[in-house]
Amino acid sequence: MNYIPNTDADRADMLAVIGVPSVADLFHDVPEKQRFPELDLPPALSEMEVLQELQALADENDDLNHVSCFLGAGAYNHFVPSVVDSLIRRGEFYSAYTPYQAEISQGTLQAHFEYQSMICALTGMETSNVSHYDGATATAEAVIMALQVGRGKRSKVVLSPTLHPQYRAVVRTYTQGMGIQIAGEDAPLGDLAALAGPAGADSACVVVQNPDFLGRLYTPAEMQGLADKVHAAGAFFIVVTDPVSLGLFVPPGQYGADVVCGEGQPMGNALSFGGPYLGFFATKLSEVRKSSGRIVGQTVDTDGKRGFVLTLSTREQHIRREKASSNICSNQALNALAAAMYLAAMGKYGLRTVAELSYHKAHYAAGLIAALDGYEVKAAGLFFKEFVVRCPKPVALINQALLDEFGILGGYDLGSDYPELKDHMLLCVTEMNSRAEIKQLVDALEELAGSDDLAALDGEEAAQ
Amino acid sequence: MSEPLIYEISRAGRRAVSLPACDVPEAPFPADAVRADLPLPEVSEIDVVRHYTRLSQLNHSIDTGFYPLGSCTMKYNPKVNEVAARLPGFASLHPLQDALSAQGAMALIHSLQELLAEIAGFSAVTLQPAAGAHGELTGVLIMRKYLYDRGETQRDIILVPDSAHGTNPATTSMSGLKVMVVPSDARGNVNLEILRSLTAKHGPHLIGLMLTNPNTLGLFDENVEEVVRLVHEAGGLVYGDGANFNAILGIAKPGLLGFDVMHYNLHKTFSTPHGGGGPGSGAVGVAAFLADYLPGPIVVRDEDDEYAWQMPAKSIGRVKAFWGNFAVLVRAYTYIRMHGAEGLRQVSENAVLNANYLQARLRDVYPIPHSDRTCMHEFVAQGKLEGAPGINTMDIAKRLMDFDFHPPTVYFPLIVAEALMVEPTETESKETLDAFADTLIRIAEEARTDPELLKTAPHHAPVKRLDEVKAAKDMVLCYGPGCGG
Ligand SMILES: Cc1ncc(COP(=O)(O)O)c(C=O)c1O
Repeated sequence: MNYIPNTDADRADMLAVIGVPSVADLFHDVPEKQRFPELDLPPALSEMEVLQELQALADENDDLNHVSCFLGAGAYNHFVPSVVDSLIRRGEFYSAYTPYQAEISQGTLQAHFEYQSMICALTGMETSNVSHYDGATATAEAVIMALQVGRGKRSKVVLSPTLHPQYRAVVRTYTQGMGIQIAGEDAPLGDLAALAGPAGADSACVVVQNPDFLGRLYTPAEMQGLADKVHAAGAFFIVVTDPVSLGLFVPPGQYGADVVCGEGQPMGNALSFGGPYLGFFATKLSEVRKSSGRIVGQTVDTDGKRGFVLTLSTREQHIRREKASSNICSNQALNALAAAMYLAAMGKYGLRTVAELSYHKAHYAAGLIAALDGYEVKAAGLFFKEFVVRCPKPVALINQALLDEFGILGGYDLGSDYPELKDHMLLCVTEMNSRAEIKQLVDALEELAGSDDLAALDGEEAAQ
Repeated sequence: MSEPLIYEISRAGRRAVSLPACDVPEAPFPADAVRADLPLPEVSEIDVVRHYTRLSQLNHSIDTGFYPLGSCTMKYNPKVNEVAARLPGFASLHPLQDALSAQGAMALIHSLQELLAEIAGFSAVTLQPAAGAHGELTGVLIMRKYLYDRGETQRDIILVPDSAHGTNPATTSMSGLKVMVVPSDARGNVNLEILRSLTAKHGPHLIGLMLTNPNTLGLFDENVEEVVRLVHEAGGLVYGDGANFNAILGIAKPGLLGFDVMHYNLHKTFSTPHGGGGPGSGAVGVAAFLADYLPGPIVVRDEDDEYAWQMPAKSIGRVKAFWGNFAVLVRAYTYIRMHGAEGLRQVSENAVLNANYLQARLRDVYPIPHSDRTCMHEFVAQGKLEGAPGINTMDIAKRLMDFDFHPPTVYFPLIVAEALMVEPTETESKETLDAFADTLIRIAEEARTDPELLKTAPHHAPVKRLDEVKAAKDMVLCYGPGCGG
């Protein structure tokens, strides 16, 4: 099956107008020996057959409609109101491209202007772009912005060890050719003050996550304390955050952040095995010309009527080429649109309710687990919807049993990223987890702590 | 036709969602951490639906009309793609769940890695990059790391043809490397003589060359093998910008032409929608000697015939959290499975046929610098019309809107003055192409007889021509009450 309307008759007419005898004659610039190679591909399928094949592949996965999920670690199972997917499916939105021609792209442009407005409201910042690829690349772009502002004189980047490990990895990848130094990752976990130490006159920025990767929430006073020290050193204070947490908690714009960025997936985007998501990115008006990514601005048309255009493009690759602030071109526009629809539908009180429910349920779960023999909840301070649990057995074994025997997706195994947290899992609880589900998790954990099966498995693993 | 902002239709007390009551005991909030106010709108569900439905109607899109935006491959996006990506077994899958509980998704990723490798003649593919530019960064970092691992750390230059897309030079600087521009020759190819002198002079300092082929003039470089040979001879590598791959599916394999690395734009060639600016996917394919450098993890099939994640041995590292834009990958997979080898070749044949047909219909009316050659999937005309000195490309573009056509890409590539870059794609019918050609011919006539009509266009769009200078000067970048929290 293909989607080509040309008939043989059309092709003949068109070739006559072009003045070549056959379609193959259009390709004589391709070196003859390389022309028309064989493609060894499986035979074409009809629409019906391809859907059957895809359904079979989809059925092999234990998706969240069949298991209960206590896994987060950067991708979150939050409720998506029906309006979001229903509206995002409009072809007028998804089959358009970057709104270069503003007059016939006002739908996208206005919706993105509103997205920017709602991201500013949420983060407490003055400007927002229309998205980066995800939370990790938004963080890397924030770091690069700080390095560019530092103009080579500030070549140290301080990363909190409780910044998402994958975000730290992406910052490393992005900056590998830039001759910079990365510090801070060996600071004690959760010790904000320790991050001020490495931040000096040679530092471009300090990046902190709040709530952090281990779920811990720092108070505005603690964050402001660090912000002041970072600013005293002349560096940028970059805060990575969970947008849902901002439904309830003081936004980073109110405690000194120069850039607020993070993963926007929890705002109305499906989990989809990791993407597409969106990296949100907000900064101050004074820094916006140094930032990267598409930005929509308000203007008027020749009749004086309000309208919207892409603006500040002189930062971008299509104008500035090698001097651009980033190479980004296509972004995650449709995901940003979904986020805007989500924020509009949730509104002032809905997002707060989502955050409150997540908070209460996470604390309820943590309380019950803390009371179990063999488990320890390691919440040193405040937390939002994730918390660390020390387990009596290796996390992989517990998770396997949770899934196989109880239909539960357990928490993230922290041992591989933090050797000192071997046998620790990061659990996540959101508004999607009912009290009954939480009870099932707690009962299952209790059962597994005493289970000989697991002990046997453990022994097997140890023997290997 | 205008739609108020979502904030302007907000009324205190309206709600668009209902959430469950709290079914667990409440925990106290840390008072000093709770925010005082959250300035989001308050609207009802019907407000949300009408607002976004009306906004959508202000857009031009592929589903509503012809969209010949050069370099962007605005082909029809099959509806089956949308159904496929939303199958609950894909859409409701957590990226960090155990590999054994996501074998179907990983099998799809593994197949797509192999299908893409076969289609372009590469050994290994990563699906992690999120867009073309992200693939470029990935590819250039791979080239750099490979050469540096060989001890050739003096290499710091990337050659970029003057016809290249802006992302190529921007990627080069982002990778900490220097750009050196290679001019094009009179036939629109890379200027071989100059390339020869550049490789002779800078050979030991070259990381390589970034080449778009077919290039942004819509031309297949007639000397591509010699270009590749010269760069390789200097010890450099050749990067392929695969944005224009739609022209050569089953026509040529970049890997066999000697390209060492290439990104695919799945949102262009493989029909995943462009989403109003994204998401895309910038999968990257490499020759065998670079496979260990790919970002990862990628999916491998292990001894037990199970799919597993594996970080390539000398990987440049991750370029993104998780595994890539999976739902975009599902769409591309669906498309490739429905086409097969023969279907993909027909895609390119018809894309090229349609472009040549339009070029033939317009070449006597608009200047087309390289119309002596057959073009590939697109061609570049100029908005410079004899007898209409005051009219430029922008005027023609804006006038096209009055006839419900999206304008071609304008003012790119930079090496053609007043560029109008036309890419019809294979999913458009001869009737549509004729209607578009007739309209452009009519506009050329209007340019001479009634230039004011063009200067003041569009007349029938939702807004008249917008003031971009004012937008950049005023910097109104968000709605009042929300700004600054
Ligand atoms: C020739 C060329 N190269 C690279 C890109 C960048 O691709 P993306 O927008 O997916 O990052 C484009 C996009 O328009 C392009 O046309």
